[in-house]
Amino acid sequence: MLIKLARQSLWNRRSTAIMTLFSLTISLVLLFGIDHLRKEARQSFTSTISGTDLIVGARSGQLNLLLYSVFRIGNATANVNWATYQRISKHPQISWTIPLALGDSHRGYRVLGTNNDYFVHYRYANQQSLRFSEGQAFEGVYETVLGAEVASKLGYQLGDEITLAHGVGAVSFSEHKDKPFTVTGILAATGTPLDQTVHVSLEGIEAIHIDWQQGAPMPGRKLSAEQALQQDLTPKAITAFMVGLESRMATFVVQRQINEFKGEALSAILPGVALAELWQMLSMVENLLLLITLLVLVAGLVGMMTTLLASMKERQREMAVLRAVGAHPWYLFVLIQLEVLLLTVLALLAAAITLVVTLWGLQDTLASHYGLFITINPFSLQSLYWAATVLMVSALLACIPAFTAYRRALNDGLAIRL
Amino acid sequence: MTGIKPVTDKPKIPAIELKNVVFYYRRGGWQLSLPELSLPPGQHLFIKGASGSGKTTLLNLLAGIISPRQGEIKLNGEPFSSVSAAKRDTLRARHIGVVFQQLNLISYLSVLDNVLLSAHFAGSNKQTSEQRARVLLQRLGLEPELFEQQAAALSVGQQQRVAIARALLTEPALLIADEPTSALDADNRDSFMQILLEQANACGTTVIFVSHDPGLRRYFDKQLDMQHLAQGVKSC
Repeated sequence: MLIKLARQSLWNRRSTAIMTLFSLTISLVLLFGIDHLRKEARQSFTSTISGTDLIVGARSGQLNLLLYSVFRIGNATANVNWATYQRISKHPQISWTIPLALGDSHRGYRVLGTNNDYFVHYRYANQQSLRFSEGQAFEGVYETVLGAEVASKLGYQLGDEITLAHGVGAVSFSEHKDKPFTVTGILAATGTPLDQTVHVSLEGIEAIHIDWQQGAPMPGRKLSAEQALQQDLTPKAITAFMVGLESRMATFVVQRQINEFKGEALSAILPGVALAELWQMLSMVENLLLLITLLVLVAGLVGMMTTLLASMKERQREMAVLRAVGAHPWYLFVLIQLEVLLLTVLALLAAAITLVVTLWGLQDTLASHYGLFITINPFSLQSLYWAATVLMVSALLACIPAFTAYRRALNDGLAIRL
Repeated sequence: MTGIKPVTDKPKIPAIELKNVVFYYRRGGWQLSLPELSLPPGQHLFIKGASGSGKTTLLNLLAGIISPRQGEIKLNGEPFSSVSAAKRDTLRARHIGVVFQQLNLISYLSVLDNVLLSAHFAGSNKQTSEQRARVLLQRLGLEPELFEQQAAALSVGQQQRVAIARALLTEPALLIADEPTSALDADNRDSFMQILLEQANACGTTVIFVSHDPGLRRYFDKQLDMQHLAQGVKSC
């Protein structure tokens, strides 16, 4: 009977109840949605690179090195000598290395010069290796493998020819027009900056710069694509390289050895540690976002209480009748609490459904346009905690109108106040 | 005879009994005093009083919403005013029916659910209560097709009858009616009074009827005037 009363009473005030439900649902969708996105963003962020034990570049801060080598943000301050790279990669503890040469771009997308070890050893997310959605790795000097987003955004297919530009701007005035690259492979989407990368061989990078000096074409010396192939295309320097060790136990030893390398000033960083440091900086924004969401939720809950409190006046009659037929004041208290609980639970359910449907609808768009891979299931143990907290807070806030009902029941008794 | 009281003597226990009852909100202010009132089962009382004469206070006392400052009220021979508020609520649910001036019903519940409210709080069996509610509603002249309708859809006269059905559902010892006819026209008023007393008699219920309308006095065997009870400054 109590539940029936609460239910029918709410139904009787359905227009306001639905609006309350609506606003509460919106704030809950925001809360759960942002919480979910936050986790997914962190997940996707930290899953950018995995399986790599060290990243080595010219001496610099670890964030700078991480940003340009993994996230393709910013630029290296100096290069690593090819000879140095060769020496270090022969270190007995080192199992594999991936050379990285950055500095060129194609229509705003960064070009990465590397070798085939990249496609073999690079791991992201949960030790996932790279997969080709079409084609295969490059073999020739003028061949390229595109990240998923580059291919889909620019509409490239296997066999298309692209030209690289010097520098990393979206619009470049110095292009390597004379030496076009043919697309031989397109990588499957990974949800990492890799999707926005154009991969070529180190020799390719060397070839397009062979007639360049100090970042500009050398006047009077122009080599065609075929002529360049005849030259020695062994790179003179690379930007950075990734290292996989035989045993992770050796990480700190090798790191120290590289940092103390006599021939050149180098920095070796642990990607995990650097990622954590970077995320800490970003988590400020993340926490701010969460705070705003919580405030929206509080506004929603307070709105619900205001509506209930306002409805108490028109419900005095109802309360007096219940008192007259023998309801204890606590019964009225519980009745109001139950209504609030009913509203909150309904709002939670509505929010859950809305969120799942929205994510389901947006998943493809997010993945293809933003490289964000969001799982549809936004619920974890933590969202249960959230839900429980929301229920508790609303029950707590509901004490205000509920206590009003209780007190009025005691004071007014059977008095008729219209 | 001074021997053992026979069980059949039960009717002699008054439905409600007030002794030396005094109530005031503030000491030295307006106060209500009722030295003696005892109503045997089935005997009805007409209380004449205009609004502001302490009528609501008296009703709250009789219904057990408030307790007297002095004196005692007994319901069915059992202590009523001296027990806890929660116990009084339960006793009210079981032994007292209340009919207000108007708007007696919870508008969004069906007619039947409104009647069954009293059974719910009295803790009676749901099935037998529902059967009884249907019979009672029909005896009060309400068509069965109205039973499932929302209470708000009924006319004022019909609503007041539903209120009687609710008040009498648990066969209470006492029915408190607070100007239940004030919203009715003359014809409806008379039929309402007849039906109220007829059904109350059938249940053996004592009716305490409060009204400022002296025209209703003739239905009752006993009368009390609020003016004799209230003393001091008027409350409002």
